[in-house]
Amino acid sequence: MSKNMNLTLHVWRQKAASDAGGFETYKADDISEHMSFLEMLDVVNERLLADGKEPIAFDSDCREGICGMCGLVINGVPHGPNAATTTCQLHMRHFSDGDEITIEPWRAHAFPVLRDLVVDRGAFDRIIQAGGYISVNAGSAPEANGLPVPKPDADKAMDAAQCIGCGACVAACPNASAMLFVAAKASHLGLLPQGQTERYERVKNMVAQMDKEGFGHCTNHYECMKACPKEINVEFIARLNRDLVRATLIEKEHEDTGGGTG
Amino acid sequence: MAIKLESKAPSGPIETRWERHRFEMKLVNPANRRKYKVIVVGTGLAGGAGAASLGEMGYNVLSFCYQDSPRRAHSIAAQGGINAAKNYKNDGDSIYRLFYDTVKGGDFRARESNVYRLAQLSVAIIDQCVAQGVPFAREYGGLLDNRSFGGAQVSRTFYARGQTGQQLLLGAYQSLARQTEAGTVKSFPRTEMLDVIVVNGVARGIVTRDMVSGKVEAHLADAVVLATGGYGNVFFLSTNAKGCNGTAVWRAHRKGAVFANPCFTQIHPTCIPAAGDYQSKLTLMSESLRNDGRVWVPKNADDCAKDPAEIAEKDRDYYLERIYPSFGNLVPRDIASRRAKMVCDEGRGVGSEVDGVRRGVYLDFRDAIKRLGEGKIRERYGNLFDMYERITGENPYKVPMRIYPATHYTMGGLWVDYNLMTTVPGLFAAGEANFSDHGANRLGASALMQGLADGYFVLPYVIGNYLATAQLEKIDESHIEVKRALAEVEERIDKLLSIGGERTPDSFHRELGNIIWNQCGMARNAKGLENALEKIPALREEFWKNLKVTGTGESLNQTLEKAGRVADFMELGELMCRDALARDESCGCHYREEHVTEEGEAKRNDSDYQYVAAWEFSGDVSKPTLHKESLEFEYVKPVQRSYK
Repeated sequence: MSKNMNLTLHVWRQKAASDAGGFETYKADDISEHMSFLEMLDVVNERLLADGKEPIAFDSDCREGICGMCGLVINGVPHGPNAATTTCQLHMRHFSDGDEITIEPWRAHAFPVLRDLVVDRGAFDRIIQAGGYISVNAGSAPEANGLPVPKPDADKAMDAAQCIGCGACVAACPNASAMLFVAAKASHLGLLPQGQTERYERVKNMVAQMDKEGFGHCTNHYECMKACPKEINVEFIARLNRDLVRATLIEKEHEDTGGGTG
Repeated sequence: MAIKLESKAPSGPIETRWERHRFEMKLVNPANRRKYKVIVVGTGLAGGAGAASLGEMGYNVLSFCYQDSPRRAHSIAAQGGINAAKNYKNDGDSIYRLFYDTVKGGDFRARESNVYRLAQLSVAIIDQCVAQGVPFAREYGGLLDNRSFGGAQVSRTFYARGQTGQQLLLGAYQSLARQTEAGTVKSFPRTEMLDVIVVNGVARGIVTRDMVSGKVEAHLADAVVLATGGYGNVFFLSTNAKGCNGTAVWRAHRKGAVFANPCFTQIHPTCIPAAGDYQSKLTLMSESLRNDGRVWVPKNADDCAKDPAEIAEKDRDYYLERIYPSFGNLVPRDIASRRAKMVCDEGRGVGSEVDGVRRGVYLDFRDAIKRLGEGKIRERYGNLFDMYERITGENPYKVPMRIYPATHYTMGGLWVDYNLMTTVPGLFAAGEANFSDHGANRLGASALMQGLADGYFVLPYVIGNYLATAQLEKIDESHIEVKRALAEVEERIDKLLSIGGERTPDSFHRELGNIIWNQCGMARNAKGLENALEKIPALREEFWKNLKVTGTGESLNQTLEKAGRVADFMELGELMCRDALARDESCGCHYREEHVTEEGEAKRNDSDYQYVAAWEFSGDVSKPTLHKESLEFEYVKPVQRSYK
């Protein structure tokens, strides 16, 4: 049988980026344990609207844990208490009757709040634009099976490629670093033979953009991996750092010999 | 306006139609391309790939999406895979077979020329994606792996674990990002298109609303591409993302683009059943699960509330294996869905009751785990099983999954010719937003194929041809049509904000969705459709009198966004029902209870209905004008589909 619960929510409300913002408290009564966390917020919002109040703004889209649009800090933890679970996939059965729940947006200098729980993650797009791709125009690709990829490499690339770009890693990091995000993309592409040509340039450019966006540095807290709904491993950060060192060496070599950037 | 539906499909041998057509199309000199501006709305597989490819060619591209980043478009949620006629498995696949399967699977309601082109382009898509670094599954020798998928008897589906759509979309997104950096593409995230600007009958731009600042703006261009996805969210509950909507295609329809086969909506058989009336969406689980899972319900309705483990083998009805011995659990989607509905209607559904009915059937992996071991099953479906457990709280390694059909994809969409152009010159529709390739039923793993074929390999040619041949007058924002479109959008926003009624957009949307699901869902009949056609206009009238939207238009206002989308669904939903009523036959997903074979399957009426129903907006939502594009089948002769 379904159990229903009564909850108290402390929700961050902020009218716009320029507004100071603050917490508001709401009752969320008669919540089914089978609801998702966002469905619980839907119910609260329908009630607020019925009372003529402005609903709580929050981002979500696919609601099946893959688009990366949703993301709330729930009781201080990005995406809430469950491992490997996005906010939209968190269900109320993990809460109890009478619970008080604090709900906040991602907190990071590089992710300004736009309204309530909605933040601007455009910085992630700009990092990808700086180099998170393989340069191949439509039409110029060789036959797909012409380049065998060892299965372990393909599998590892896929482990990294699973990143959904939600930004929980940044929200969890005491330094608000985006290293796990950058490492995931750099590793996905850098592990594959197709991605070798641009491997070191890519790493250099993505990290430079990350710094420019105002993300902090990685000091090995590993909170990012814990918060990551796709369980992206911090070993990819070590890989990124190795590539970054090599990228710097290659650059130096080219400067010394006057060669191209290869 | 007198509409003439010219498919512009080339004639002659089907194998060389696209090649000949490509040669006949006009080209834009590389040095001149940057002088042309192309708007692409939507950043899923079709829009993302299209905008990136046009950017690579040197066009000046404006790319719009309602999400906060182009990477989040709902193509990302496709799990199972992408078809391509590579015949890597040496199991008899070919371009012709993929073409044949697609035409037949669509129950002979698609245009042969388009489908053949799609099958041809499938091969290049895989090459393109691998080159971009899409980490497809591989065999131990390092070559690409394939699997058989939903109704196919060959293994032609490429996949990246259960996240194929995600990986393909990220490939397109990264190409788009590269062009953004290169300056050929300008990206507008969190921007919603609210109208098309048509000047002297030609599409010349769009009106958008910045979803953060609320600013309403006009963007002008030489061509406009709508790659805005399907309208499955008309049902409220569907597997679409919450934000998916029909506004772009509906606004285009109202501006003269003819809407084709709106009643062709695909219901996907393997979704997690609704748990309660608060349900906000339904979650699909890849139908690749049907490769190893066995579908059953209890033989006796009395067993339905029992723990499935206590139901003996002899008391289980593996109804798909029983009715369709050669295809078994792998029958096409429409058939699997309908049979699930039928057994639940008989009172043999399982799971908890919602509104007094158990709507669920078991998808059981017990035998597969026994045969292959839990490890193998985990390797194949681990992420899907985890997702199922997160949502339901049940462990599918121990307890059979419960599944039920849900709206998933819309085969209907804007009518386009072979050049993907709608009936409004300069306005193109690509991917799920058009109607062109899937007929009355889409095969599994073919949506990704179509989106990318349109985006990477069709749009770049047809847009060039259009720009090279169109005589476009110079216009700017002071043009009367631009001003008028802006004023109309602003007026509509003001209206939505000022009704001051009692009901929320969601409450109207749920009610509309219920009407359409019940009367224009998995099974339809004239009486039900006529009933829906009375209810929907009444509900629409109430909507415009009793809607409640708080906040203002000059800020991020999600209630206002929803209200605008529901307003358009209220009209689109009516057209679906009208189309379903007018098509007095069954075909593919469109199952009219009056037209059924003795075996209970959809019974087509080719002599009267072998056409595309293309509806023109007449100015009165309830009185659209029907145009017909008759379909010819020169290669795949229409037969009654049989999967027994």
